[in-house]
Amino acid sequence: MAGKEREKPAKKKVVEKKYPMKEQPAAERIRNYKEVPYGYDVETAVKEARRCLQCKKPVCIDGCPVEIDISAFVLAIANEDFAEAIRVMKSYNNLPAVCGRVCPQEDQCEKVCVLAKKFEPVAIGRLERFIADYDYEHNIAPPTEIAPPKDKKVAVVGAGPAGLTAAGDLARMGYDVTLYEAFHNTGGVLRYGIPEFRLPKAILDQEVEYVKSLGVKVECNMVIGKIFTIKELFNDLSFEAVFIGTGAGLPRWMKVPGENLIGVYSANEWLTRINLMRAYEFPEYDTPIWAGKNVAVIGGGNTAMDSVRTGLRMGAETATIYYRRSEKEMPARIEEIEHAREEGVVFNFLVAPDRVLGTDDGWVRGMELCRMELGEPDESGRRRPVRCEGSQYEVECDMVVVAVGTYPNPIIPEATPELEVTKWGTIKVDEETGMTSVPGVFAGGDIVTGGATVISAMGAGKRAARGIDAYLSDK
Amino acid sequence: MGFKILGRDDITTESVRMVVAAPFVARKCEPGQFVILRLDERGERIPLTIADFDRGAGTVTIIFQKVGKTTYHLATFREGEEIRDFVGPLGRHLDLGKIGTVACLGGGLGIAPIYPKVRALKAGGNYVVSIIGARRKDFVILEDEMRAQSDELFVTTDDGSYGLHGFVTDQLKLLLEEGRKFDTCLAVGPIPMMEAVCKLTAAHDLPTLVSLDTIMVDGTGMCGSCRVTVGDETKFTCVDGPVFDGHQVDWLEAKARQRRYHPQEREAMEKFETERGTA
Repeated sequence: MAGKEREKPAKKKVVEKKYPMKEQPAAERIRNYKEVPYGYDVETAVKEARRCLQCKKPVCIDGCPVEIDISAFVLAIANEDFAEAIRVMKSYNNLPAVCGRVCPQEDQCEKVCVLAKKFEPVAIGRLERFIADYDYEHNIAPPTEIAPPKDKKVAVVGAGPAGLTAAGDLARMGYDVTLYEAFHNTGGVLRYGIPEFRLPKAILDQEVEYVKSLGVKVECNMVIGKIFTIKELFNDLSFEAVFIGTGAGLPRWMKVPGENLIGVYSANEWLTRINLMRAYEFPEYDTPIWAGKNVAVIGGGNTAMDSVRTGLRMGAETATIYYRRSEKEMPARIEEIEHAREEGVVFNFLVAPDRVLGTDDGWVRGMELCRMELGEPDESGRRRPVRCEGSQYEVECDMVVVAVGTYPNPIIPEATPELEVTKWGTIKVDEETGMTSVPGVFAGGDIVTGGATVISAMGAGKRAARGIDAYLSDK
Repeated sequence: MGFKILGRDDITTESVRMVVAAPFVARKCEPGQFVILRLDERGERIPLTIADFDRGAGTVTIIFQKVGKTTYHLATFREGEEIRDFVGPLGRHLDLGKIGTVACLGGGLGIAPIYPKVRALKAGGNYVVSIIGARRKDFVILEDEMRAQSDELFVTTDDGSYGLHGFVTDQLKLLLEEGRKFDTCLAVGPIPMMEAVCKLTAAHDLPTLVSLDTIMVDGTGMCGSCRVTVGDETKFTCVDGPVFDGHQVDWLEAKARQRRYHPQEREAMEKFETERGTA
């Protein structure tokens, strides 16, 4: 009887809280780039997995954008069958070590976990990270099943989370996949945006190697739209379908006076110099960076948290967040906000710069800020910040990072006039299949949604892979 | 798997020409566009103008002046060696078509990037008056090539060792004072030179285009390191340029931004020299 199988957890007393994950102490970690949480050891992971109630209807799966069979992989960990756990995981997700670290589980699988109604949810994210790391360490995963070759070529443009997912899934289905990347290295935002202390590059490299092991060919230094147009990918290189996952890589500015002063960085520039180009190791690495002692970061998202925490690691004496709404509206993950606080980041809410103040020779010396109050909700459902006139005041700082969002990258839409875009510059797609207005051309991730999460881009890559398979199977 | 150097020659003691195998870039590039290259795993990404290309041979020619660590390092690369990363073509294609009489000014390290534009202008049926200038005679590059593609060519040197003693602006000023008429001016070189040209041409109501060589990282519009104020708008040199209306550029800001890594550039150069010296 089904009831019998579920007996075991029921007779045990529920462990109310997640087993804690050890972390590098704040005072220590602000002087290095090593990862902050250490991850579960085997014993803790198994104990945590045994907290799972193994619900008949596992609602957690509905909370996952890539539909991982969470209850199955958690059960396998609980049974100490790690090979099975990673097999289940990898049959849904090509990048588990990434997702286990950067997914906002608290808004997804863990939010709907039945335990969360009364207690803390199962630490699904930590278990995902555990099983992925355990596999990389012990190499236990059975070989991934790959369908027989279909002899059809698919191009995937952009080696970020959407592209890596689409490419990996398509390769498993038997397609001949080439993944094009504009930068000299793969990963997209996972490499240039997310800092080492949140996602070590060695972990990312392993995930990319896995995707390559599925048969995906990677070509870096290829700016599609410039070196080949989408049309040329079909006509000259005989691809039969193209997936565009070029992200939202364009910085959004505040459009206030003084924004081009020296010491004002877009979050993209600040993070790219440090993460992709490794300017924090200058002069061992050639890319220079200038880091301030009193760092101001404008914005309240994960990118703002990454920027401000990187500021501390680059030697800042003060690192301050300025956000125009209140703490409640901050889009950053709670964990990231907590980590930033522990590290000594100061938060200023309901305030926005009116101008950046400069010295005579063009360097930042401070900002003029205006206080805000919350008005009526805007289209995002969050209450709109309204200026409090006459409340302006000045603060001193020698560096400003603008982390107020991004726009979709326009290179491909500009080079592809037949592609329909929205007024925000995002590419229009069919939600179910990911197909754009051009037959055979699919898109997903931030280039479709505007700046969103890694996991939603991966979900879009997954849907588009299915869409491409359906399209090419019918052809 | 890098990009092989097929040809290399020192055109002056401080300038090097390299022919690089990059068939996909060669297939697509146009005058005015640039590449970004990175020499090795620890390298920085720097933009260099495409000086020439051969679609049939699949090669791209770059000409660069040794000014900092990366360009000094690149100059040590020999024929047969590989540049690790070579991305392009980037930037907008400059298609001026037929405008009439065009004054083309190349100062110092600006001579190499103005050359492909001169050639395109000439091919487009324009009357091209070129003025190139350098510190002294042996730093003048591409003189024969420029002469072949120009209807008139003037040379200036700062020390008077060749051509007119003075700057390219002095030569242009002489021509304008003689009453010569130009429909457009194109200027490429160090910022102070382009700024001086713009000051002069503004006084003569001569529309002037400049090609900026700003500090970049990705070269695809992603970081904004290369931003410049043109009129009252912020533009990115990598995707909106590199050519802009010189009379609208905020030169004070451009100068300050170009200087921002000077201490680090010096430090990198000193380290490079020390390591070379002891190697």
